[in-house]
Amino acid sequence: MNADKLQRIRSIILRAKRWDLFFTLLGILSLMVGVLTFTVLFVDMAIQGVPRLNLDFFTSFPSRRAANAGILSAWVGTVLVMLLTALAAVPLGVAAGVYLEEYAPKNWITDIIEINISNLAGIPSIVYGLLALGLFVYYFGFGQSILSAGLTLALLILPVIIVATREAIRAIPQSIHEGSYACGATTWQTVRDHILPYSSAGILTGVIIGMARAIGETAPIITIGALTFIAFLPPAPFSGEPPAGLFDWIFAPFTVMPIQMFNWTSRPEAAFAVNAAAAGFVLVFMTLAMNGLAIYVRYRLRKNIKW
Amino acid sequence: MKSLKIAVAVAGIFTSASVFAQAPLIKIDGSSTVYPITEAVAEEFQKAKKNAIKVTVGISGTGGGFKKFCRGETDISDASRPIVKKEMEACAAAGIKYVELPVAFDALTVVLHPSNTFAANLKPEQLKVMWEPAAQGKITNWKQVDPSFPDLPLKLYGPGADSGTFEYFTEAITGKAKSSRGDYTASEDDNVLVQGVSRDKGGIGYFGFAYYIENAGKLKAAAIWNGKKFVTPSAAVVEDGSYQPLARPIFIYVNAKSLEKPEVKEFIHFYMKHGSKLTQEVKYVQLPANIYKINSEHVDKMKLGTVFGGVPEVGVKIDDLVKREAK
Repeated sequence: MNADKLQRIRSIILRAKRWDLFFTLLGILSLMVGVLTFTVLFVDMAIQGVPRLNLDFFTSFPSRRAANAGILSAWVGTVLVMLLTALAAVPLGVAAGVYLEEYAPKNWITDIIEINISNLAGIPSIVYGLLALGLFVYYFGFGQSILSAGLTLALLILPVIIVATREAIRAIPQSIHEGSYACGATTWQTVRDHILPYSSAGILTGVIIGMARAIGETAPIITIGALTFIAFLPPAPFSGEPPAGLFDWIFAPFTVMPIQMFNWTSRPEAAFAVNAAAAGFVLVFMTLAMNGLAIYVRYRLRKNIKW
Repeated sequence: MKSLKIAVAVAGIFTSASVFAQAPLIKIDGSSTVYPITEAVAEEFQKAKKNAIKVTVGISGTGGGFKKFCRGETDISDASRPIVKKEMEACAAAGIKYVELPVAFDALTVVLHPSNTFAANLKPEQLKVMWEPAAQGKITNWKQVDPSFPDLPLKLYGPGADSGTFEYFTEAITGKAKSSRGDYTASEDDNVLVQGVSRDKGGIGYFGFAYYIENAGKLKAAAIWNGKKFVTPSAAVVEDGSYQPLARPIFIYVNAKSLEKPEVKEFIHFYMKHGSKLTQEVKYVQLPANIYKINSEHVDKMKLGTVFGGVPEVGVKIDDLVKREAK
C-alpha cells in the first residue's frame, strides 16, 4: 500500500468521524431542548411553588383568599377520577389486546380494527370530551360526575393500554405458546397460565403511562363540565342519612388538579400564581411518581421471569 | 345500547337513592368575569351554613352558562352581559323563567406603559381609530392616531375573541360587537396582557379593572372622555356612572323554579346582603347600596324576565336599569 492511498483512506475516515461528531452534537442538542425546557419549567415552578406547600394546602378547599386556598377538592377529585379510569380501562384494554393477539382471526376485519386502534391514539382529547358529553353526560344520564370523567379518560387511554398489552404479549417467546399448546392447553388456559403472567410487567407499564397521560388532561374534563369552585368532598361510602351506598361518590360533582391550576393562573392577584405553581408541582410530582412506579414494577416483575 | 342501559340500572343498585336526598345543592355556572364574586359569596355562604348547603360554581363563559341554564341544569347563571334573543328563545322553549339581577360593575380599563404621558387622556373616537377593523395593518404608529402624539410604534394588546370583555369593548368603541382589527397581541390570560403592556413603551391594551388595580404600579390607566370630561377609572366614578362608555353592569340570572327551593332563595338574599362587601374584596366595583335592596325585592316579588329585550346596550345607568319594566 503506498503512502498516497493511505493518505486518502485516512482523510475519508477523518471526514466520516467529523460527521459522526457533528451528529452526536446535534443529537445531544436535540435531547437538551426537551430535557432542559422541562427542567427549567420544573425548577421555576418548584422555586415559586414549593414554599407554599404545607399540610393546609392539601387539606383546604379553594378560596377567594390566595393564602387560605388549597387543593383538597382538586386532588381528591383527581385521585377518584383516576381510580375509575383504571377500573374501566384496564380490563377492557387488556381483554382487547389479548383478543387481538391470541384469538382474532387474521383477516381484513382484524386489520381494519388494528389500524383504527393506532388511529385512536392520535385523536385530540377534546374529541373524546365531546363524545362523552353527548354519550355519558346526556344519553346515559350520568351527569357532570366523577363517573363521566373516569369513563371519558378511560376511553382516551384505552388505545395506549391495548397497544402496550399487544407489545408485551409479542415479547413472549413463541416457544412458550407452542409448548403450552403442545401439552394440550386451550387458548384460554394458555392465556391465563402463561401469557398474562409473563406479559403483566409490560401491561402494567402501559397502564401507568396511560394514566400519567390522563392525569394531566384538562380539555375533555372541562367539556363534560367539571366545576371550578367546589368546597365539599364526594360522599364517603356508607355515609349520609339514610346510609348511603358504597358507590355514591361516583355521581358527585368534582374538580381536578389541572382545572384548579388553570383557574388560579388567570386570577389578577399575584398570590394565586404561587398557588398555581404549587399545584403544578404536586401534579408533576404525581406524574413522575407514577412513571417511577412503572419503572420499579417492571424491574420487579422482570426479575421473576426466567425463560 | 340496551345492555348498557341495563348496566347503568345495575350500577344504580349499588348507589342508594339517597344520592338525591343528600344535602341541598345549588348549581351555578357561567361567566368567568362574574366568577370571582359568585365564588366569594358561595364560600361565605357555605361557611355561614356550616356546609349544610352545598354550592358549586363552574366557568363555562356567559354563553355556555346560558346553554346549561336554559336546559334547566343549573339554578343560577353568571353573565357578563344581558341575556340575548337566542338564549331567551331557548329558555322560553324549555319553559325556564328567570329573575335578572345586576350584581356588580365591570369596568374596562385602557392601560398604557407607565412612561406614556401623551395619551393619558383618550377619546373613544381615538380608540376607534386604533381598534376598528379598517385600522388593520395601517394604523401602526401613535402619530397616525393623533398628530400631536410622538413618532412611536403603536403596539396593541387585548383579550381574544371569545371573551365577553372583547365583545363589550368592541361594542362600546367600534359600535359593533366583535368588530375589531385582528393584528394585535391577543391572550385569554389577562396576566399576559399586563406583562406585555408594562414592558412596551408604545403599548396600549384593555382589560378588566381588577387586573389594573392589582398591577397599578406597572401600568398607567388612561382617562376616557365620557362626552363631558375625561374620567380616570376608579371605583367611585364607576359607581356614580360617569365612567362611560367602558363600564357595564354584570348579572346573575336565577331560575324561577329554583327560587321555590328555600336554599336557593336564601343564597340569593345572602348574595344581595353581602354582595357589596365581597365585590370590593375581589377588586370589582360594587353597585350603589340601594340596588342590592331593590334586587332582593325583585326576588321576593318574582320579577321575571330581562329588561334588555335581548339587545346589548352601551352606557346604561344602573338606576334606570332596575326601574325598567321587564320585557
